[in-house]
Amino acid sequence: MTELHFPWLDALVLMPLIAAVLVGQLHDAFVARKWAIVASGITLLLAICAWQDFGIMDRSQADDAWHLSTMLFGRELFAMDRLSAPLLPLTALLYFLTALTTQRTKIRRFSFGLMLLSEGLVLGTFASLDPWMIIGLTIAGTVPPLLELLGRKRSVRVYLTYQSVFILCLFFGWMFAAAEGNVKVHTLWAIVPLLLAVLIRSGMAPVHGWLTDLFGNATLGTALLTAAPLPGMYLAVRLLLPIAPDWILQSMGLVSLFTAVYAAGMSLVQREARRFFCYLFLSHSAMVLVGLEMVTPIGVTGALCLWLSVGLSLGGLGLVIRAVEARCGRVHLDDYLGLYEHMPLVAVCFFLMAIGSVGFPGTLGFVGAELLIDGAVEAYPSIGAAVIVAATLNGIAIMRAYFLIFTGKRHSTTVNLNMLMRERIAILTLVVLILGGGIWPQPGVLLRHQAARELLERTGHPAALTTPAYSHAHGEGHQADPDAMPNRDAPPQ
Amino acid sequence: MSMLDWWMQVLGIIIVVGPFLLLVGLGIPPLLSVKLSERAVSRSVQFVTSVGLLAGLGLLGLMLSTGKRHVPIVLAHWVDIPDYHMLLKIEFDRLSVPFVILTFLLCGTISAFSAKYMHREGGFNRFHMLYALFLTGMIVTSVSGTIETLFAGWEMVGLSSALLVAFYQERPAPMRNGLHVWVVYRVSDAALLLASIWLHHLRGHGNFDAFLGATPWPDGKTILSSWDALFVGVLLLAAAIGKSALVPTSGWLPRAMEGPTPSSAVFYGALSVHLGAFLLLRVSPLLDQSLLLSALVVVVGLTTAIFAALFTRVQTDIKCALSFASLTQVGLIVAEIGLGFRYLALIHILGHGCVRTLQFVRAPTLLLDHRRLEDALGTRLGSQYAPPPEEAADSFRSRFYRWAMERGYLDAFLVERCVRPILAIFVFCDSLERRWTDWLSGTRSRRTEYLQRHTGTADDLP
Repeated sequence: MTELHFPWLDALVLMPLIAAVLVGQLHDAFVARKWAIVASGITLLLAICAWQDFGIMDRSQADDAWHLSTMLFGRELFAMDRLSAPLLPLTALLYFLTALTTQRTKIRRFSFGLMLLSEGLVLGTFASLDPWMIIGLTIAGTVPPLLELLGRKRSVRVYLTYQSVFILCLFFGWMFAAAEGNVKVHTLWAIVPLLLAVLIRSGMAPVHGWLTDLFGNATLGTALLTAAPLPGMYLAVRLLLPIAPDWILQSMGLVSLFTAVYAAGMSLVQREARRFFCYLFLSHSAMVLVGLEMVTPIGVTGALCLWLSVGLSLGGLGLVIRAVEARCGRVHLDDYLGLYEHMPLVAVCFFLMAIGSVGFPGTLGFVGAELLIDGAVEAYPSIGAAVIVAATLNGIAIMRAYFLIFTGKRHSTTVNLNMLMRERIAILTLVVLILGGGIWPQPGVLLRHQAARELLERTGHPAALTTPAYSHAHGEGHQADPDAMPNRDAPPQ
Repeated sequence: MSMLDWWMQVLGIIIVVGPFLLLVGLGIPPLLSVKLSERAVSRSVQFVTSVGLLAGLGLLGLMLSTGKRHVPIVLAHWVDIPDYHMLLKIEFDRLSVPFVILTFLLCGTISAFSAKYMHREGGFNRFHMLYALFLTGMIVTSVSGTIETLFAGWEMVGLSSALLVAFYQERPAPMRNGLHVWVVYRVSDAALLLASIWLHHLRGHGNFDAFLGATPWPDGKTILSSWDALFVGVLLLAAAIGKSALVPTSGWLPRAMEGPTPSSAVFYGALSVHLGAFLLLRVSPLLDQSLLLSALVVVVGLTTAIFAALFTRVQTDIKCALSFASLTQVGLIVAEIGLGFRYLALIHILGHGCVRTLQFVRAPTLLLDHRRLEDALGTRLGSQYAPPPEEAADSFRSRFYRWAMERGYLDAFLVERCVRPILAIFVFCDSLERRWTDWLSGTRSRRTEYLQRHTGTADDLP
């Protein structure tokens, strides 16, 4: 396998984990925040370097230089491919911006040690290609939110119930799949538990209750970071897609399609901004899963584009709502708050993030949504129509939330409620990425298309083979890769 | 490429890039917390509209002198991957050039008007930023050479329209009306998006030439089958119905009058309200392919014209009366399109847009104008307003009057029969979810919903 020029992956996973231990020892919350910002900032730089290094090499897969983990554990723990390459900086960026924008009013409720621990685990998951490694890290990733709920003395029964089922399904499902080996069709003992695990972790209806509960009871920062990187999608891509028969993928598609419409409708009737955000997020993540299920190059490309768009736009929207909460407490949506006059920049950023998330033209999500719907129409026209219905409802929900939070009455205060400089930097960074990616989408879409093709080739789906590679179609750039990874656990179906 | 062709390309690019730069120029400073002066904002809008108007006129002159009826310009290959190709293409023809000129002319006039009208208004810069978004959307829609580009412009117009209806944001009523307008737009946009995706699916890309024929407008012949033309055409008609407030969505038009008068004038008197008709004109080869579709367009147009004419007679404020008068004309224009009178419809749009804009901007001084007119004539002017029937026994007239006052109960029907039942289902699902998580957690899972709200000012927060 091709090597990166530096052990970026080991470094970017270890950095937040070591920092988590050190920051966890600090008693002064302000000092903890400072060091958390530094550690997550360095992690972000490492993730960007890894992504760029991988991009320059133009290979489908690469692992670390120097093989430090081979020396220590006898095997290489981390590797990256075209699918995971942009997910690493995206995740690191979300964690960094969350640390950066944590306000004085929230600083004692939000654990920076747990945030860094969670960052290390999620980055480790995205930097792993080995199924057992992914499973282990994903299961470990359920711990930090649980610790926070316990620390806040909230009921953990909902979270524990769902996560227990998730862990059992994930573990035993893959155990059966591994035991069955390279068979053409895996048994339902392997497939069904894995499907259920993916649906629970992705928050698909009707097994989404843990996520709405988490948004209601955990800090918004923790809930946001648990959801926004979409680790459930990663499980679907790495564990389920390679071994699932078509009817399972179609079932998953139907469930996610239902969730996309259901969650979009639910976001219209929520009375709290957090729950509104949660359902908006669920609807979008369900659309990503719909695209993945279609296993056509266009559909999967759309899903992967939308994945990045959802991470950035809804991550940014979550940070904006968090900024409003830091100033006004819980944001309720049953009456007008009229905050525009006092925080115009927050309102503008809320709006930009919101329209970015629903794929407004000129934003990052537009092309992703177009590709996704085009792929859906190509596969099943009714799916395309349902995705459009979900997008329409989401569009209405975001405008309703905007009007309720920022307009409708005159809010009285003499306190300055506008954004601080570091909040402004954080949110404007996301705005630039969302608008920049929307106005010039070709490089990003091309990379995601290559990742989609490799994913389909690896999972043995014939749709990938019917489409000419970009290099063949245009006679340029991308060369055939000797490191193209064979399917690890299943032969082509 | 000859020198004249080169000039046409340059002028075409100026027409599109100008509004986009204006949007960027007015949109970035608020993000950096920089406040532009009123003078800088007004002058930049007037400069861009003037340059755009001159470029449009120049292009028209060149097209007339060279006899060219179609000037396509490919700006970029926006997305280019195997199996999917999204082109950023604009084209100038006998439909788009008059629309571009009308847009720049009216937007320039209204920007000069609004510089005075909105002077020292709290949201002066916000108004002009949204105005720039509208201008960009109108130009992109007018000159779009692909269905995706048209959709992009269409969405920009819808967004700016909803936000300008909700411009006076310290009161709840404009917000409710803005949301109402947005809901109608989103639903109609969904139809346009589905049509766009379906066309893309049929032809592999959304280039108008590919499915409306390479012959310049209005002589194109579609290559779609009559059933495909009917399916796509019905979706496009649904999009046009929402955007132009045709029956049964007419109820949002008077609500849109909550916005500032300059935006009402240019949106609902002249440009935005004609966008549905423009869309039907653009895809008119589809109408030629399906008689049923043409008949449907005529029925929608005539029904709208009749309804709107009746609604106009009972309105009690000038802006609403003008908006329905405008809608009457739009209904007639749509009927003309369905009957195949394409040039007549285009001329009707241009003339009606100019006249109605003038009426809208004069609306705030209506009483003064009325008095001056009476002074000049030396006699009283008769009223166009139909008063409520005085005789209680005339029950038919009473019911009919009430029907017109309630705008045919179209709004009530859509809200009560379509929106509320859907919302009720989700409210019910929400209550089920609450019960489930309450039971599972053994306590009130949504504890924050029960907390007492803080109703004071932010200064009182602990």
